[in-house]
Amino acid sequence: MTVPTHHPGDTLLIDYAGGALDEASSLIVATHLALCPCCRLNVAEMEAVGGALLESIEPEEVDPACLQTVLARLDELPPLPRAPKPKPVCRQTEVPLLPEPLRRYVGNDLSRLPWKRLMRGMDCCDIPLGSGSEGRGKARLMRLASGVGPPHHTHRGIELTLVLDGGFTDDLGQFARGDLSVADESVRHRPVADAEGCLCLAVTDAPLRFTGPLGLILNPFVSF
Amino acid sequence: MQDLGSPAAGSDRTLEELLTAVGRERDRSAFASLFGHFAPRLKAYLRRQGCDEGAAEELVQEVMLLVWRRAETYDPAQASAGTWVFTIARNKRIDALRREQRPEIDPADPTLVPAPAEGADDGVAARETAGRLRAALKTLPPEQADLLRLAYFEDKPHSLISAEQGIPLGTVKSRLRLAMERLRKAMRDSR
Repeated sequence: MTVPTHHPGDTLLIDYAGGALDEASSLIVATHLALCPCCRLNVAEMEAVGGALLESIEPEEVDPACLQTVLARLDELPPLPRAPKPKPVCRQTEVPLLPEPLRRYVGNDLSRLPWKRLMRGMDCCDIPLGSGSEGRGKARLMRLASGVGPPHHTHRGIELTLVLDGGFTDDLGQFARGDLSVADESVRHRPVADAEGCLCLAVTDAPLRFTGPLGLILNPFVSF
Repeated sequence: MQDLGSPAAGSDRTLEELLTAVGRERDRSAFASLFGHFAPRLKAYLRRQGCDEGAAEELVQEVMLLVWRRAETYDPAQASAGTWVFTIARNKRIDALRREQRPEIDPADPTLVPAPAEGADDGVAARETAGRLRAALKTLPPEQADLLRLAYFEDKPHSLISAEQGIPLGTVKSRLRLAMERLRKAMRDSR
């Protein structure tokens, strides 16, 4: 099994481990983690750093009544079960294409999703996030046919793209399943889907700005 | 060999042993010792996330109730007690303060790509690693340690830290990377 070659990098993983990323960015980082054992180890270590920081924080006195309140509430609810729930839906022989946590957001049947056509060979589907996420990052699935790419664009914020199937190529190289591309203001790139097409998860924390002539037409429709 | 575990005040057991006792035996006195250790730290953590006094103490209670209910799932080979409690507190405050979900991997997901040789750690590894890590934290240059605390305690991604502190984004990134490199080395030292 191949492992990804393009990774989120330390700073994005620290943001994820510390819990500072919004839901959309956390979703794409966590989905990369499912496909990348090396970044999983990194995040486990970054969580250990969080634990060490918590240990070293200057403690603040807590009202002694708090402990009594908590002790009195211990039997209110049963312990949470050790094993999550078994998953009868998929037999072990059928490995779903989409990993968790993405699967629990969109399901595994891509044909049932409400795809919207953006342009010829390019469809997208917005992923609903929690109510607290309004006005923050947006997540969507993108499906590109062979040789298709969005028009030239730059980014006001960060655009994260995770390949789920097929692949694409841009100035930074070739991206295959599990690879995460991080593009910020400094990048003016033009990704193009490889021969087998490309399914990816894309997250932006600010609207894309198309820079070519077609951008004038597309910008109002791609309401990122 | 020196015990680098996390001793709990007023108890001759380590935090890891206390947490295991809560998970296995529903040991209330062990839980009270854990509360004595973690509640004041959790309160300080939540205050830095912007909670006022009362809201912080209420959330501390919620987090400690989750510790009680989830203790059975705690595995001392995977994480120190402090790390495990940190992840519970982090997820709880995202849920309570931001009303957002925290997307995470599912270790039982058949789609998960396994590590070549996962699970090589033995039972004491996580605890000893935590001791080396705490020692290494104290040796970080102040500008790196400060940024690390902002990143973990203030619910701000590094891009926002850069904007608010007036430190160029590249500098924020390189300081965080340098800090992490040093801490990683301390953690991986005796593997």
